[in-house]
Formats: sequence, structure tokens, C-alpha cells
Amino acid sequence: MTILVFTLILFGAALVAGLLGSLTGLGGGVVIIPLLTLVFKVDIHYAIGTSLVSVIATSSGAAAAYVREGIANIRLGMFLELATTAGAIAGAWLAAYMPTEIIAILFGIVLIISAGLSFARLADPVTSGPSGVLAAKLRLNSTMPTEEGKTPYFVKNVVGGFFMMNVAGIISGLLGIGSGAFKVIAMDNVMRIPFKVSTTTSNFMIGVTAAASVGVYLQRGYIDPGLSMPVMLGVLGGALVGTRVLTKARTTSLKIVFAFVILVLAVEMIYNGIAHQI
Amino acid sequence: MKKRIQDTDMEKVIGYLLRYGVISASLVVLAGGIVYLYRHGHQLPAYREFHGEPDKMRNPRLMLEAVMRGEGRPLIQLGLLILIATPIARIAFSIFGYLLEKDYLYTVLTVIVLLAILLNF
Repeated sequence: MTILVFTLILFGAALVAGLLGSLTGLGGGVVIIPLLTLVFKVDIHYAIGTSLVSVIATSSGAAAAYVREGIANIRLGMFLELATTAGAIAGAWLAAYMPTEIIAILFGIVLIISAGLSFARLADPVTSGPSGVLAAKLRLNSTMPTEEGKTPYFVKNVVGGFFMMNVAGIISGLLGIGSGAFKVIAMDNVMRIPFKVSTTTSNFMIGVTAAASVGVYLQRGYIDPGLSMPVMLGVLGGALVGTRVLTKARTTSLKIVFAFVILVLAVEMIYNGIAHQI
Repeated sequence: MKKRIQDTDMEKVIGYLLRYGVISASLVVLAGGIVYLYRHGHQLPAYREFHGEPDKMRNPRLMLEAVMRGEGRPLIQLGLLILIATPIARIAFSIFGYLLEKDYLYTVLTVIVLLAILLNF
């Protein structure tokens, strides 16, 4: 297989990963790393660097659309980025000292949790009642556009959400994924905000979180242009198409299929980690 | 009559900033990719073992010098740098926006995030 063929296959796979990732809200990164390591036998360090780059591309590309629609809560995102960037930097440093087998096993476990979380019953958003003191002080409460006009919602448990975001940041920096599933759970089930707001705000934050750790990866030489080029362009193209259909499509059945794919990849990653084949 | 900048104005600018950042990064990466595939497309890929990238893929100045010599891979890397700079530029712009909104709490929060990221490059 020449570099030309390798690049084209990688581009096609990244296109599909980006589309599915944006439709399900799980992000393309969760498939990119197993794809590179298991299918193309790429070293996991390169795979993580490549994934981080694609994560920044999708997040920024999709966020550009969401932000203009006024769904994402930028103030909330900005506040929580304090937690995710701190976590991401810690995670990136941790990754340098961790054996690749352990990273692979951790990655598999996080994949399984992510897939499981995407089926977790979401708590109903808080749309009435008094606002929390901290949420009001930080001006986190907002409105979202619906068919009946702007609907207000209130943010609960700011401290719990902040802590959960810190964990999401560490996972992102350590494993090179956006860890969108963890971010969405932090906002849905802990902070009780509407699903559309949490997914779009999470997407908005992922780029900054990844940018915080990517500097460490770049310096260590984990970011390879030959891999990043087809993956970034592919994932971005897929994600842009995904964003266009997201507001119309029902994603439940897609989620099941994607979660199953992720589960298989996760088991494979864990197995390879234990068998020292990664 | 609007007296000062509102959140919705900031959202618009941030939207454009992200969009054009990603578009320009993609174009540079694509251009670098074409040069790279033209020069090396027939060779065999070698990613099984981790060697780490050479200095010209890590240091922006060396990257530029290699681009001037007509190399594709450093040009891709330069595009990736533009991509990475996009969300960082968004944060930098937010600082400016929150200052105009006279929202000093968020100005400080945003400065902390920006510093944390920049100090790690």
C-alpha cells in the first residue's frame, strides 16, 4: 500500500467517522484512535495526536454553525472551560509517562462508558422555579430558541458540573478525544440544562479543551502531518454534513448502531492492551 | 438604540471567527497535502513505530523555512497550527468582548483560560 492509497482510505474512513460522530454527539475521535491503531497498525502516540487535531477541527467547524443559531450557551461554556483546560493540560502531561498498553486499556474502558452514557436517561431540564445562587451570580441561566419562541432554563449544581468537567478534561488530554459524552452528562444530568444546549455547548468547549493539550503533543512530536491531513479533512467534511442534518434527523437508531461499533472497538483495544500488541 | 455590545453580537463574531479559521486552516492543509502526495505518494507509509517528529514539524520558524524549500509536510503542519490557533483566537476575542460588555468577572475567567493554554505551548 502506497502513501497515496493509504491517505485516500484514511480520508474515506475519517469522513464516515466525522459524520457519525457529529450525528450522535460522541465525536469522531472515539473511532479515529482505534481505527488507526487496530486497522492501520499506527503507533498509539501518533493516533492520539491525529485525533486531537481532528477534534479541534470538528468542534470549531460545528460550533461556528451552532453559535450563530444562538443555541450554545457561551457564558456557560467559557466558565466550564476553566475546568476542562486545567484537566486537559494535566492529562496531556500524564500521557507522556504512561505505558501505551495502559493507555489502550484506559481508552477501551472510556469508550465503553461513553457508549453507555449516550443511552443514559437524561434528567428533565429545569425550566421553572428559582435559580441557584451560583448560577445566577455567574449569569449562566439563559434561553434557548424553540418553536414557541425563547424558552428560559436554569442551571443547577454548578460545583458538581464543574468537577465533572474537570474529569472530562483529563480524559480528553490523556486519550486525545473530545470526551463529549462526559461533558454532555455533566451538563444534562448534573446541571440539568436542555439537551440541545448541552450538546452544542459541549461541542463549543471541545476545541478549546483539545487546544490546551495539543501544545504538549506537538512539542513531543506526536502530531504527524501525513496522518493529520487526511483525518482532519475527512472528519471535518463528515461533521459539516452531520451538522446540516442534525436539526432534522432522529438520531436514536443511529446511536444504537454507533454505540455497538464503539463497544466492539473498545473490547479490541482492551484486548490488545492486555496482550501487549499495541 | 443599543448602548453597548450584547452577547448576541459576540456570538456572531465568534461564529465567523471559528468558520474562517477552520476554512483557512483546511485550505493550507489541503495545499500541503497535495504537495506531499505529489512528492511522496508512491512511497510506503511507516507508522508502526513511534519515532517522534523532526524539529521542522514542531518549531514554527523551521516549519516556515522548510515550506519555502517547497516541502509539503511542513505546510500541512502550518495549516494545523492555524487550526489550533482558531479556538485560542476565539478565547482572546472573548476577553475583548467581555471587556466591552463591562463583564469583568468573565474577563478575568477568560484571561486565566488563555494564559493556561499559552503557557503550555
